[in-house]
Amino acid sequence: MSLDVVAPLLLDDKLDLYRSQFALRQFEKRAYDLFLENYVKGTSHLSIGQEAIAAGVARAMRPDDWTFATYRGHAHTLARGVPMAPVFAELMGRANGLMAGKGGSMHLTSVEHGVMGSYAIIGAHLPIACGAAWSAQYRGTDQVAVCFFGDGSTNIGAFHEALNFAAIWKLPVIFFCENNLWMEYTRTTEVTAVANPAADRASAYGLESIIVDGNDADEVYAVTAACVARARAGEGPSMIEAKTYRHGGHSRADPGKYRPDEEVAEWLAKDPIPRYHQRLLAEGASEAQLVEIERAVNEAVDVATEEAKAGAVPGEDLLMKDVWANGGAEWRN
Amino acid sequence: MAQLTYREAIARGIAQEMRRDESVVFLGEDIAAAGGVFKGTVGLLEEFGPVRVRDTPISEQAILGAAMGAAMTGLRPIAEIMFADFFAVCWDIVVNEIAKSRYMTNGQMTFPLVIRSGNGGGLRFGAQHSQSVENWAMMVPGLKVVVPSTPLDVIGLMAASIRDNDPVIFLEEKALYATKGEVPDGDVVDTLGSAKVLRQGSNATLIALGNMVPRAQLAAEELASAGIDCTVVDVRSLVPLDTQTILREVSATGRMFTVEENPRLCGWGGELASIVADEIFYDLDGPIVRITTPHIPLPAADALEDLAIPSVTRIVETVQKSMNS
Repeated sequence: MSLDVVAPLLLDDKLDLYRSQFALRQFEKRAYDLFLENYVKGTSHLSIGQEAIAAGVARAMRPDDWTFATYRGHAHTLARGVPMAPVFAELMGRANGLMAGKGGSMHLTSVEHGVMGSYAIIGAHLPIACGAAWSAQYRGTDQVAVCFFGDGSTNIGAFHEALNFAAIWKLPVIFFCENNLWMEYTRTTEVTAVANPAADRASAYGLESIIVDGNDADEVYAVTAACVARARAGEGPSMIEAKTYRHGGHSRADPGKYRPDEEVAEWLAKDPIPRYHQRLLAEGASEAQLVEIERAVNEAVDVATEEAKAGAVPGEDLLMKDVWANGGAEWRN
Repeated sequence: MAQLTYREAIARGIAQEMRRDESVVFLGEDIAAAGGVFKGTVGLLEEFGPVRVRDTPISEQAILGAAMGAAMTGLRPIAEIMFADFFAVCWDIVVNEIAKSRYMTNGQMTFPLVIRSGNGGGLRFGAQHSQSVENWAMMVPGLKVVVPSTPLDVIGLMAASIRDNDPVIFLEEKALYATKGEVPDGDVVDTLGSAKVLRQGSNATLIALGNMVPRAQLAAEELASAGIDCTVVDVRSLVPLDTQTILREVSATGRMFTVEENPRLCGWGGELASIVADEIFYDLDGPIVRITTPHIPLPAADALEDLAIPSVTRIVETVQKSMNS
């Protein structure tokens, strides 16, 4: 993988990337608090520990490019520029939610930001991302689709169908595997034939095997940008496997106790956010600059939380709306 | 005006729409170079080229996922699932993704796509290549379901399905591929959600779908000579459902018989019976009777398959027995 085509990030870009990662972290922590306070119902899957990926990939994309996320998709949605308040409100089931409360935590979508859905059936969205990429190819735009998925998705049929399909049609799609080592309660390597569940399968589809440090936003950005450039140039799909770790359990109901303490400690030491903080100081940013970024983010999270809480409960008018393109739900005359 | 087979009507309908709209694209297994395993898409590759008419690998999830992703970003894809039985290997994309995503996103996305598939029995293909799956689709909110019974309806309903802004499951009856019918010259465009009254009678109303329509018509002729004068309604579209036509025609005769190729449980006729019982119960002069395949997988042997799927004789005998009791 040549990174020659990638524009290096300047200090201001990196400060922005720090802001993005810190905002994703603070959003997720607040989402967890709101769950404990019973504002957030149902389930939610947090990206705490994995923020460098959503932030780094978004940095490599154009506003008219498309992302396809999983049910663990708060970070990926926000990283594309979707405001926090409607996402909090969606988690709370309010009418001012991103989808007026009709989708919930696992299905965040904002077409105007290129966030083409979050999908809660493992692997289902890989073929769908192929379809968007096909559409860009057919219409002669140079848009690119990025499809995020977890390590567990690499053992489902749709993953393999999509990779072959993208390869034979040379589609402008990037498959991005966030390998956080664990499926739900089972270690992925215990149920997978190869050590690197995505990268070791790439050669079966004529793709380069690419592994990145998923806790390093700069590396994620650079490798993604190179793959995006390749896709835009009509050179076809790529697959990236990023090694990372979720600090918490799989979902809100899971304390994650099945993981060895030393493994958790090892990965907490590689937390992408303090790591990036230190890097920025070494590269010439001042502590005051970083503190100001953090203060502004915390304030924005507070404001967005209150805005979301102030939203109305969705009413019956929404219930029967938008099954069909005509806005209605009628199935008979 | 020309005589066309049901299979020729498929290519004619698709070509008609591909000529008028560049955003219509077509993908599936063996649909391009081979012209389809049932030869329903012959000539499309030659006319529209390999960019718009594309062969795919045997990957039903990829085919339908690609159709969905293309539809949400501005194309109007037509996808073929070769045999309707194969929906079972890609049903997640249909039910969980295509059908629900408009609702879940509060209307941010639309899915103007058509999934065509060869449906039903009669060709002695056995239990995994003969099922009638219209009821699988009918029970899922967010899917439209169309089943044409004549070459003319194939063209008109195909055009209407392609122009529709919602996902349409378009089921072609394999047993009808070789049947012929009159088709006018020029473009043909029909309307989804309109049942057709094929014959008007005064004693009983036979309501049929797809491959059962010509059998209901033949049965009605036999019944007429036996003194039972039947109306025959072709449902044509399960979603949207033209309940007004059905209610009116059942009301007029006071007797309702459904003729369904599907196995017994949860067939579309059960839903129609429920609507009729709810809304015009006091117009009925006798029980509602459903004529269906028994609740079994379809056998392969011709003798057994013929026993399973409602035949003209079975329709005639069932109606006579019920009307004379």
